Amino acid sequence: MSPDLRTRLANVELANPILTAAGCAGAGRELAQFFDIARIGAVVTKSVMLDPRAGLPAPRMAETPSGLLSATGLQGPGIEVFLQRDLPWLLARGGRAVVSIAGGSPAEYAELARRLSDAPGVTMIEVNLSSPNLADQGRHFTDDPAAAARVVHAVRSHTRSDIPVFAKLSPDVPDLVELAVACVQARADGLSMINTVRGMAIDTTTMRPAVAGGVGGVSGPAIRPIAVACVYEVHAALPDVPIIGMGGVRTGTDALEFLLAGASAVAVGTVIFHDPSACVRILREFEEELEERGVRRAADLVGAAHRPMGAQPAR
Amino acid sequence: MSDFRPVQMRSPVLTVRRVDAYYAVTVVAPGIAERFRSGQFIAVAVGGEQSSMLSRRAFAIHDVKPDYGGTVEFLFAVRGKGTAWLAERRSRDLLDIVGPLGRPFPLPRDPVNCVLVGGGAGSAPLFPLAHTLRRRGCRVDFVLGAASADRVFSAITARRVAETATFTTDDGSFGVRGRVTDALPQVLEDAPSDVVYACGPMPMLREVTALAARYDIPVQVSVEETMACGTGVCMTCVVPVVGEDGITRMARSCVDGPVFRGERVRFDDVGTIPFDALGAPGWKARGDDPVSAREAG
Ligand SMILES: Cc1cc2nc3c(=O)[nH]c(=O)nc-3n(C[C@H](O)[C@H](O)[C@H](O)COP(=O)(O)OP(=O)(O)OC[C@H]3O[C@@H](n4cnc5c(N)ncnc54)[C@H](O)[C@@H]3O)c2cc1C
Ligand SMILES: Cc1cc2nc3c(=O)[nH]c(=O)nc-3n(C[C@H](O)[C@H](O)[C@H](O)COP(=O)(O)O)c2cc1C
Ligand code: FES
Repeated sequence: MSPDLRTRLANVELANPILTAAGCAGAGRELAQFFDIARIGAVVTKSVMLDPRAGLPAPRMAETPSGLLSATGLQGPGIEVFLQRDLPWLLARGGRAVVSIAGGSPAEYAELARRLSDAPGVTMIEVNLSSPNLADQGRHFTDDPAAAARVVHAVRSHTRSDIPVFAKLSPDVPDLVELAVACVQARADGLSMINTVRGMAIDTTTMRPAVAGGVGGVSGPAIRPIAVACVYEVHAALPDVPIIGMGGVRTGTDALEFLLAGASAVAVGTVIFHDPSACVRILREFEEELEERGVRRAADLVGAAHRPMGAQPAR
Repeated sequence: MSDFRPVQMRSPVLTVRRVDAYYAVTVVAPGIAERFRSGQFIAVAVGGEQSSMLSRRAFAIHDVKPDYGGTVEFLFAVRGKGTAWLAERRSRDLLDIVGPLGRPFPLPRDPVNCVLVGGGAGSAPLFPLAHTLRRRGCRVDFVLGAASADRVFSAITARRVAETATFTTDDGSFGVRGRVTDALPQVLEDAPSDVVYACGPMPMLREVTALAARYDIPVQVSVEETMACGTGVCMTCVVPVVGEDGITRMARSCVDGPVFRGERVRFDDVGTIPFDALGAPGWKARGDDPVSAREAG
């Protein structure tokens, strides 16, 4: 009997726990050339902002060992085009839409949440908090738990009650658990982690930073242990809060690792650039991992690494 | 459309050959060969299953053949660790390939005169284009340049398919000493040309575009911008391109290109976000119809 892969994120049930990570799969259209987008748990869209954004200049990306250093600057078409073109396309293909949003002030996030709540078919909203706060000299909202909480609160207040709001956290903070608690107290229904890790590479030929932005974000398998630690610690502190785990997931085994650490779902990002079919491959591998272990329900494994030895889930 | 969708395959290597300064790899990839149109490229995963190299390497398709259900050939010079790994592949090794990718060269409807300009390894996509143009009764003139003789691409093939073939090398070791853009005006003077196709480094494309404009000839360029995915999801490969509506957008060269109309590419602004690009800092929505003012692609 094949295992039950369903997973619950607040009041939403997904057919399986494998999602795309924000900014690594557009709104699903490009990947649909390689697999049926309706087969994965959900598509988390590239963070959408109110207005169109040109992003940062090239070079935007440098390859680092088992990772990528990137600084793309949230290039995108803006909410209007997203609602007219991208969201309907994804829904028409039977995809579940988790819409990631980003802005420069709580009011901008609130406006995005309102527009998305009016549109039919949004499964969840993910709040990308790694965005410069215009009222605080461009420090990221994640740098200040109170500022992050204000954004989450604004989004929750303007989002239809049946749409869960997940706060996406950055690992580059002094106290991740404090940030997570602040978001949950501001009524986040769940947490997504982690965003990219601050990093830099210098091109020794040009003797200049390898990406035009100078400092960028590192993603890919290189950051997986950092991500697993973040999920583990936050789950320990907030065991009832659902987590979407991500950071370097490459195989079904990696996805399983995130579940054991406490994630209820797992998002695949950078590895999609390497393998456009990664999500469905990882889903298949994940299912095989459960079968091999005789696990009947994926949900039983969430946070299993926190249980004392000998208290592993029933098979 | 769906017939032109790219496919991902694990393709067996048929042969790896040394050709002067280049390696030529032929793989069995029927799905890619059958969909291929000139100007399209493949994105190859390098380093094996557990590779630490996460971005795919882009290579123009140099040739497709019907053998074994369909083969694809690409040529490359070793540059960094990805191409070094590829150079060590042997026949029957498997390569994870996605293709064919990108917008192909638009083809003229009538049997017109075409000048094909290429620099170094960038000349690769011009060869299948030349064959296609010849089959349509077009006249083809080649201008191929490189740093030195061993980097001039397929000179013999060029001479065979083209009416004329002009070669330039930086060191004068083959053909005319100088750059393709030094030789191009003469070629344009000698034959009444209707269209120019060019691929190679950005500075070369900029000059070819400027020359073609001077002769009032339309030019199609294939740009070579750094890529990571090749499939349009990573937003690495952007170049500033002016749309039909006159608005500049940061276009993805892997899906909106690599082939663009030369005069639409803002060569002087490559590597920047032009202040008037859609969504540039300070840019303000002008109340246009949002769908026509959308991001490229
Ligand atoms: C559409 C297109 C077609 C191309 N066709 C050919 C071809 O037919 N023959 C050929 O020899 N080369 C071609 N190139 C360039 C080729 O992709 C690079 O030489 C190759 O990626 C270098 O990889 P590396 O690991 O050896 O170098 P590294 O410097 O180690 O690569 C590091 C990273 O930078 C990227 N990168 C580096 N140089 C380039 C470049 N010039 N263009 C794009 N990405 C780059 C790589 O993909 C990788 O992500 C093409 C590039 C593009 C965009
Ligand atoms: C090119 C690129 C673009 C990204 N864009 C976004 C984005 O728009 N919003 C967001 O919340 N995270 C974004 N991320 C972060 C990813 O969603 C993810 O959190 C991170 O990359 C770690 O996962 P990975 O190692 O599987 O890529 C982006 C990452 C990359 C590499
Ligand atoms: S290379 Fe990834 S979007 Fe073009």
